[in-house]
Amino acid sequence: MAGTPAVAPLPYTRAQAFNVLGPKPEETLRTAYRWMIRARTLDARMLALQRQGRVGFYGAATGQEAVNVAAGLASRPEDWVLPGLREQLVALVRGHPLDRYVHHLFADAQDPALGRNMPCHPTAREVHYVSMSSVIGTQISHAVGVGRGMRNRREAAVALAFFGDGATSSNDFHAGLNLAAVGRLPVLFVCTNNQWAISVPVERQTAARTLAAKAAAYGLAGTRVDGTDLVACWAALSGALERLRRGGAPEMLEFLLYRMTAHSSSDDPTRYQPADWAARALAHDPLARLAQWMRREGLLDDAFQTEVQSEADEAVRAAIRAAEATPAPPEAALTEDVFARPASPIPGR
Amino acid sequence: MSELTLVQAVNRGLAEAMRADPDVLVLGEDVGVNGGVFRATDGLLKEFGADRVLDTPLSETGIVGSAIGMALYGLKPVAEIQFLDFIYPAFDQIVSELAKMRYRSGGQYPCHVVVRAPYGGGIKGGLYHSQSTEAYFCHTAGLKVVVPSTPADAKGLLLSAIADEDPVIFLEPKRIYRSVTGEVPEGATRVPFGQARSVRSGTDVSLFAYGAMIPVVTEAATALEAEGISAEVLDLRTLVPLDEEAVLRSVGRTGRAVVVHEAARFCGFGAELSALLAEKAFYSLKAPIARVTGYDTPFPYALENVYLPSVERVVAAARETVRAS
Repeated sequence: MAGTPAVAPLPYTRAQAFNVLGPKPEETLRTAYRWMIRARTLDARMLALQRQGRVGFYGAATGQEAVNVAAGLASRPEDWVLPGLREQLVALVRGHPLDRYVHHLFADAQDPALGRNMPCHPTAREVHYVSMSSVIGTQISHAVGVGRGMRNRREAAVALAFFGDGATSSNDFHAGLNLAAVGRLPVLFVCTNNQWAISVPVERQTAARTLAAKAAAYGLAGTRVDGTDLVACWAALSGALERLRRGGAPEMLEFLLYRMTAHSSSDDPTRYQPADWAARALAHDPLARLAQWMRREGLLDDAFQTEVQSEADEAVRAAIRAAEATPAPPEAALTEDVFARPASPIPGR
Repeated sequence: MSELTLVQAVNRGLAEAMRADPDVLVLGEDVGVNGGVFRATDGLLKEFGADRVLDTPLSETGIVGSAIGMALYGLKPVAEIQFLDFIYPAFDQIVSELAKMRYRSGGQYPCHVVVRAPYGGGIKGGLYHSQSTEAYFCHTAGLKVVVPSTPADAKGLLLSAIADEDPVIFLEPKRIYRSVTGEVPEGATRVPFGQARSVRSGTDVSLFAYGAMIPVVTEAATALEAEGISAEVLDLRTLVPLDEEAVLRSVGRTGRAVVVHEAARFCGFGAELSALLAEKAFYSLKAPIARVTGYDTPFPYALENVYLPSVERVVAAARETVRAS
């Protein structure tokens, strides 16, 4: 077995990191670490269950945890999240219960969306986490409308539009950035560039030097950030959110990161990824980078790691147990919610 | 009551809805300073200001996509697509997002957006200012599809659309925007969805139509009367939800049906209506169902009068059904 690749160290002293992490930096780091472990545990477990045929589909977000945790922690309850494909963790960090999310993954009767959408497509209105489709980019325009709502009701809040590198080629990336810029609406465009749109590498997605550079064409600031560095993610997101809350122009943040698993449980990346990709991704594992740095700075020890891991194992195990004991949605779920009230009898029912 | 054109009635409906509810807003291309290319939004910017009357960049997907976001947040947007022919960049937003949001979120995110679009031929608009593609939207579960034909219905159905909890595609017959005038009630008099309007009653044949075909079909009924054929005219008004009961009741009385629309025939709304009659009124039928529709061609410029169903074509089809039995 090959040795573990060297993890790229986070380039901070403890004081430098604490300076950007706000009033309770140690607590923030521990909370972030805890969420990253939970997410990692859930991804591994669900991919295994998918292979066993116990859930129909799964799309892991392994490698994207730093951005998701930082967004979840840096945003406020009144902010809105318009997710792309891999932001389920943002909903959890913002307070959506893990067991509800696992019910959704099992598409059972306790799934808040009643099993209508594929796994990994949750809705969590109580934390302003909007339902996602599988269509790429459409949510970017939705965020503009949410921003317009905030403006018209004079609410100091921000709509966060998440999307991947592939979505920067979509119609609604262009439409959304343009409309938000013209209206100067409180929208933060969060691009998680994991460098792959299924099999298409980002250099085949665009001839632009960076994705962040595209923002300039709309008259907006665009900044590329190391998306595998929790401290950098936190600094970029909390800074942008603060500027937007104070009436600043919309901005785009591009988080460069590494997709550490297949696109989804239906994908085989050995068909298209170069042989050294996995090693490069591992060197930029956001969890390993954070853990290494926290250990070096005396913020993490074996006891805490074990405690966090057992807590995550138990929470995931309990949620899966509950979901597997829950029946499928009732048949009525097929025909309800097409309209507020049935407009006419549904043919065939 | 005041005597208004159809487009004035739309304008009146928008203004009254905006006065009644600060969450109602309009957006689209040229809807603000210019008051809309057909003047449907004339005067709204002056009265309601630039936060509620949004002149948007030229992007239909952005117009409908941002309207969806506004509705998710709790506003009640009325988006204008300048011509139905230009709606396709927004088709993804309408079909994939707007129509499915309530369903896929388990009812957590209703999405009450009204999308207004002038539709139809007869204005010498050629390929891309003339089409009637209502069937695309009727085919998509989760959308309501409304087509008024009179000023009173334009306002009353629009007020219902804005008050509705579901997304509504509101198609305005631009050919009769100004050629038709009528009395329009003041105030919030809504016309409910799912109720066809009987334009005239008859005993020999039922003529089913909507939108800009209503004046054509009504004139055809008058011509048929001169030939001794008593034709009933039913204005469907809302295609989804469809007033099935009124359609079936009418054919139960007359035993003959002619379905008229400007849209192309193949898989047009008339196909659905014909199937409904074949399934549920088969034993009432005395003659084959007839369809008078646009042709299965792109919409032509020079020959639009050939393409569009005419009084003569409707009369000939109705006469045929009466002769058949």
